[in-house]
Amino acid sequence: MNAVFYIAAFVAVVATAMVITRANVVHALLYLIVSLLAVAMIFFVLGAPFVAALEVIIYAGAIMVLFLFAIMTLNLGREAAVQESQWMRPSAWIGPSLLTLVLLAELIYVFLSGTALPASEANAVDPRALGAALFGPYLLAVELASLLLLAGMVGAYYLGRRERAEGPGTTM
Amino acid sequence: MATIPMEHGLLLAGILFALGLIGVLARRNIIFILLSLEIMLNAAGLAFITAGYRWGQPDGQVMFMFILAMTAAEVSVGLALVLQVYRLWRTLDVSEASKMRG
Repeated sequence: MNAVFYIAAFVAVVATAMVITRANVVHALLYLIVSLLAVAMIFFVLGAPFVAALEVIIYAGAIMVLFLFAIMTLNLGREAAVQESQWMRPSAWIGPSLLTLVLLAELIYVFLSGTALPASEANAVDPRALGAALFGPYLLAVELASLLLLAGMVGAYYLGRRERAEGPGTTM
Repeated sequence: MATIPMEHGLLLAGILFALGLIGVLARRNIIFILLSLEIMLNAAGLAFITAGYRWGQPDGQVMFMFILAMTAAEVSVGLALVLQVYRLWRTLDVSEASKMRG
């Protein structure tokens, strides 16, 4: 299980380094998804299987899709059209694919060696304890988080709507 | 089976946080700055998870879920602001947007 941790950590660091050096936003998003998947693997090894699932679903799923929609809405015009012809070249997807294959091999190894499941470790925290803590001592914080999400939704709606008179002279 | 030392997890969180900080400081595209903020928040969550694993308590994971909710709200508002900035100035360069007055 230690080797799984260090390989996933290596994948996460390499993918994150690639994120901040890419020129293309979509390539950076691909590498960031790989990085988040690697961190989810680390969470699984660290005895947090429920949080690992949340990392994949919410971070690598919902938030990255939000970024992708924003980039598509921006519709960066002429340079986007030039770049699109280059997106299908192997240099664009071979790096993320290789890193993801490493993670997949780790996943298969963890599931095939059933005794190595971190849920059997002493330090692991099962989802039941997490839920009991979340709706026990942290109940007020959960309510505050829901208020924060509501404020975020209203703010995003207000900022994202189109003004009637568009243009550089529009006062916000 | 030996458990993973806490120092190694914290070291990884530190490396990821530093990479995100470099991204925020070095890039001028506002989308990349938001991506780097994601990396930094994720690294902070990793530090919480590592601490929760060290003592076998669920509090670290609870904190990670709060970070997750905060990130979702921050990203939605931030991306709406990005759309608004692009609509007004036709650029994603934060240096251009620094000309904003009042």
